Amino acid sequence: MENLPWIFISALLVNNFVLTYFLGLCPFLGVSNSLETSFRLGLATTFVMLVTAVCAWVLNTYILIHAPYLRLICFIVVIASTVQFIEMLIKKLSPALFRAMGIFLPLITTNCAILGLAIFATNRGYGFVEGIVYALGAGIGFTLAMVLLAGLREESELSNIPKLIQGTAMNLIIAGVLSMAFMGFAGLFSSS
Amino acid sequence: MKKNESYEELVKGIWRDNPVFVQVLGMCPMLAVTNSAINAIAMGMASMFVLVGSSFLVSTFRHVIPKQVRISCFIIIIATFVTIADYTLLALVPKVHKELGAFIPLIVANCLILGRQEAFASRYPTKLAVMDALGMAGGFLLALLSLGAVREILGDGALFGVRLFSENFEPWIVMILPPGGFLTLGVILLFFNWFKYKKDEFLADVAEAERSGN
Repeated sequence: MENLPWIFISALLVNNFVLTYFLGLCPFLGVSNSLETSFRLGLATTFVMLVTAVCAWVLNTYILIHAPYLRLICFIVVIASTVQFIEMLIKKLSPALFRAMGIFLPLITTNCAILGLAIFATNRGYGFVEGIVYALGAGIGFTLAMVLLAGLREESELSNIPKLIQGTAMNLIIAGVLSMAFMGFAGLFSSS
Repeated sequence: MKKNESYEELVKGIWRDNPVFVQVLGMCPMLAVTNSAINAIAMGMASMFVLVGSSFLVSTFRHVIPKQVRISCFIIIIATFVTIADYTLLALVPKVHKELGAFIPLIVANCLILGRQEAFASRYPTKLAVMDALGMAGGFLLALLSLGAVREILGDGALFGVRLFSENFEPWIVMILPPGGFLTLGVILLFFNWFKYKKDEFLADVAEAERSGN
């Protein structure tokens, strides 16, 4: 239990999903052109990650001990259908929340960060509480990276940049610098 | 004519519509595993197996799969092939499998593979679909290999584990760490931008010359 904060900080900063594991790059580079949208997408992703962590734990504990080779197929199908179900539920119960999350909720299902979370959590043998904390850290870390990149991109739109480097090339280089900055957090744990 | 057509499908994926450099798809596994050339090749081969296999199946059954549930069907087919690839790599090259780790199962979430099923394999005959898959996977492998080679040479001073430089070479550790992936791909894309820019300029010049000639 005492390593819960460690799991959280590790997923949030040191092993940030986007900047260290390169997961969820498609939304990271595709949608990060405005601060507002990326923040919302980040929140929606965090939510889906929490759901995924619970699903993965249930599957691992009750079903997949009997058939480990079905793990991948099970994860994909169960996660996709659960998210679809929750989407319908939110639409029914709270239309305002549904509008806020918008198109992102279904899109997130195909985000590799979600599947990655389930697989990493399984490989490390996390239990229920650990899985949820891990998902929370990963989700907030994803939001943080998205918002940082979106902020930088909004700034860069106002400045005079050569035409050649605009677009994906520049975003990747910005992400590279961000990733270097996040590497500094690795020092948080080396002494303990 | 027929031969030409399938040849065309094969070639377009490797250069003109290269999945990584031109369409910027499938980057998640791309950046994560390219810290050495050998990992890049293993990843590229695994993706190629999955892409060709699932394109073959999807295109063969394209009239049977109902339109409404096609995405789920594609994903299940892809996941099956990925599981096969995962266990095959584990049996043949356990060391590489350990290094690639969770990124082999993550081939499922590679948007390149699902994208090809949706855009090509579900609409065209089997032969063309397999050719297209081979081309796209070849382009992907090429991109992985060029990125992996650059990062291994600069970051480790070696290629396929063979030392290239003398003892005096100071490796750029950052290149094999995560930031190196972003930076290398950024620079390669920059090169592609420049190439395209030059080509457009050239075409504009030709058009100008033709107009003044007439």
